[in-house]
Amino acid sequence: MDSPMSGRASIRLTINGTAMELGCPPERILLDLLREDLNLTGTKRGCDLGTCGCCTVLLDGRPVLSCLTLARLAIGHDVTTIEGVTPATGLSPLQKAFVEHGATQCGFCTPGFIMTGTALLRDHPDASREEIERAISGNLCRCTGYLKIVEAIQAVGKETP
Amino acid sequence: MAAPEAPPTYRLIGTRIPYIEGPLKVTGRAEYTDDIKRPGQLIARLLRSPWPHARIRSIDVSAARAMPGVAAVLTGEKYPTPFGVLPITHDETAIAVGKVRYIGDIVAAVAAVDEATADRALQAIRVDVEVLPEYTDPKTGVEKVAEPIHARGLNGTNIQKEVVQHFGDVDAAFAQAHASVRVRGSYAGVTHAFTEPMATIAEATPDGRLTVWSATQVPHYLHRALSEVLGIPMHRIRVIKPEVGGGFGGKSDPLPHEIACAALSLETGRPVKILFDREDVFVTNHGRHPTQNDVRIAVDAGGKILAYDIEALIDGGAWSSFGTVTTYYNGVLSMGPYRVPNFRYRGRRVYTTKPPSGAMRAHGGTNIRYSIELGLDELAEQLHLDPFDLRERNALPPHSTTVNQFRITSTSFVKCLKAARERSGWDDKFRKLPYGRGVGLGCGFYISGSNSPIHFTPKMPQCTVHLKADMDGGIAVHCMQADIGQGSNTLLAVIVAEVVGVDLDRVHVVRVDSDVSPVDIGSYSSRVTFMMGNAARRAGESLRDQLLAAAARVTGYPPEKLVVGHEKIEVRHRPDISISYIDALHAAMERSGALLASGAYTSPPMGGDFKGARAGTAPAYSFAAYVAEVDVDVETGIYKVEKVWAAFDCGRALNRLAVEGQIEGSIHMGLGQLMGETMNYRGSRLMNPSLLEYKIPTPQQMPQVECLLVGDDDPEGPFGGKEAGEGPLIATLPAAGNALYDAVGVRFHELPITPEKVVRGIELRQQSGKSWKGVS
Repeated sequence: MDSPMSGRASIRLTINGTAMELGCPPERILLDLLREDLNLTGTKRGCDLGTCGCCTVLLDGRPVLSCLTLARLAIGHDVTTIEGVTPATGLSPLQKAFVEHGATQCGFCTPGFIMTGTALLRDHPDASREEIERAISGNLCRCTGYLKIVEAIQAVGKETP
Repeated sequence: MAAPEAPPTYRLIGTRIPYIEGPLKVTGRAEYTDDIKRPGQLIARLLRSPWPHARIRSIDVSAARAMPGVAAVLTGEKYPTPFGVLPITHDETAIAVGKVRYIGDIVAAVAAVDEATADRALQAIRVDVEVLPEYTDPKTGVEKVAEPIHARGLNGTNIQKEVVQHFGDVDAAFAQAHASVRVRGSYAGVTHAFTEPMATIAEATPDGRLTVWSATQVPHYLHRALSEVLGIPMHRIRVIKPEVGGGFGGKSDPLPHEIACAALSLETGRPVKILFDREDVFVTNHGRHPTQNDVRIAVDAGGKILAYDIEALIDGGAWSSFGTVTTYYNGVLSMGPYRVPNFRYRGRRVYTTKPPSGAMRAHGGTNIRYSIELGLDELAEQLHLDPFDLRERNALPPHSTTVNQFRITSTSFVKCLKAARERSGWDDKFRKLPYGRGVGLGCGFYISGSNSPIHFTPKMPQCTVHLKADMDGGIAVHCMQADIGQGSNTLLAVIVAEVVGVDLDRVHVVRVDSDVSPVDIGSYSSRVTFMMGNAARRAGESLRDQLLAAAARVTGYPPEKLVVGHEKIEVRHRPDISISYIDALHAAMERSGALLASGAYTSPPMGGDFKGARAGTAPAYSFAAYVAEVDVDVETGIYKVEKVWAAFDCGRALNRLAVEGQIEGSIHMGLGQLMGETMNYRGSRLMNPSLLEYKIPTPQQMPQVECLLVGDDDPEGPFGGKEAGEGPLIATLPAAGNALYDAVGVRFHELPITPEKVVRGIELRQQSGKSWKGVS
């Protein structure tokens, strides 16, 4: 059985602000490392093919599809997951806006959208509707029709001074 | 006539209430099936048939079984009991027995220590088959065939179900008609494309019990199917529904992999998990049926509908699934929102060697509605009537009966028409926008909960809700209704809080668990708001009455003089005299401890007494009138629906935020089917089993949506509410289809309407010499 502690070459990376050294076979995919080895199950597996965006995490602050990312590509880098953008108590402004605007229905795609939206708002708090639509176009949602997602992201951007 | 009484107002009902589990979903803390890990769990993988149709001669699993790390290999003969969602069409097995019937049919199931080992084991299985003819076109399946896909096909054909109905006298109506129209509609299959792949964990334990966690919309039917196929009494099976990442009908059948997973756990004595990849999800399908329909509509000189004459040929794929219902629905769901005095229908659903079709959001009501609404638009043009006027004069009146004996109670359809017409600026736009731009009207109606439970034994309510209020002041709610993202947990909590008069955070909706949740028959047929809502209201009232009785003992006022306030019980018209909720609760608990309350809902008897009379009967119906505005690039055929004015009658909108979400999501899904989604088959093989090749609309393709919630209270709905989960999809497609006609003068009767078809349609119009809006 593959295990992070199986003694194979270990990797060093930072996950949600914590420096880690983990056993990791060369073919290990970042999504598997997060979900299966580290139990960070907030990152969702929607397709394993890079088509749905449910597994979006941040690599050095930029959204990547963890199902298409070899864990070894994260060596020496910062990985941020949904667990890493969630405050110890309460919700981030974007998370709060998703709840209040009804931008989450079944919720399965939501962590991915929160990651994409968090990165967008950090760099472009004043993102226009078109920019938001472009930014989230790699994340699929089948419940909301995207309208309330765009609305929630825009609402947080507007609040940001 | 006396002025109608103003509808009551409520503290929570009718406001915008964010989902109670929202904070868990936005933080990744909501628990879906694949997030659960059981100690020592094995991973299951399925061997799927590469043949569309074949007789299994032998399966050699010896090499697979001998592989290190492989715990069990199962083939079909161990659990051959057939099952299916409808008791009358049990034609599936957990694993194929004797034959495979589509590319993707399950041939064997392996449980191993990890996925890689399970996959290697699958490759070591040798299957010897006799290849049988494939049947891809339902047209050929209506005749006698060499090798019927199922022995149950009618008279040696592949027909799974044929429905013939005739009410009134259709031929006489056509003979006296002033005008008529014929629409031959063609609809590609589409699928749900929910984001969470199916997943199941099964754990057989030494106490003789089996626990199954599964991504299901209908825990109760899964519970029954597990029991029937595995031969274990229901009380020794525990079904748990974690969060479900979307369903839209695709997780409403009990599915073979769920049973195979449980069988592997029984075989190994260990927990077994199965997680679908995207291709598994696509070939499991159960999406909307590829359909051909042929619809004739007759009207009198004033545009009054005289008759419908409808034929439908429905491609069922390899299993029955909900298909018998589908076959009825493709006819009878044309019985609203208009009065149709004469009606004839012949529908046939035919097995093919393709992935099974089944129930998908607005099941059975979508394709037929598109054909009818395009036909009515054409008739309005023939008669020089505005499409709104034609529809308004045909509206089914409230409290009426259709020709096939559907009981219609509330309808605010005329209000929907008025709202959509006014808000969209219709009268300034219709036929007045420049070439390439257009508006269209599409209408719809849908059942608010199937009146017929699928199982009639034992006789029991369609929904039961239990409440427990203990000394902490919290109220635990138990019910087997399945929240799959539509917000039913929130509605359940809201109703209880409203009735008992407490803050929403006192109410905890307990995760569905058959050990403690009383039966509700699940999230399908848009039944939850209506049926669960009524059961929850009754349970709340029962709890409230216990509190009132206790408050009466404490205050000395009789219970009938007491009313529920916010977190208190007060004397009617004397709010200065009150007792807090907590004090009333504790007083009520003195004798017997925690309070228990129960409420149930059973729909009233309805429908005619002919064969199939129950199909389509519902305790209420939703109504819709949508206007779509579309912009077409006439050179490339690329078009965008710019805006949809969605006037919808769900009775009272109990949670406006959730209703808007259902409407917006429905419009997204409806436009997907209209604009491009296609289950693309070459022969029997699905060519696009991924979300890259099966394209759902992007954020950029979404129109603006204005929700016009104009419904009046339904007399039997909880707080006047009706469904909003499926009905909102239906009107989307014809509104946009009719808008395309207004834009470019072409009626598109074949879905999806791709840009190529738009360009071709414009060319054909030009060749026919017909000019449109001054453009030839």
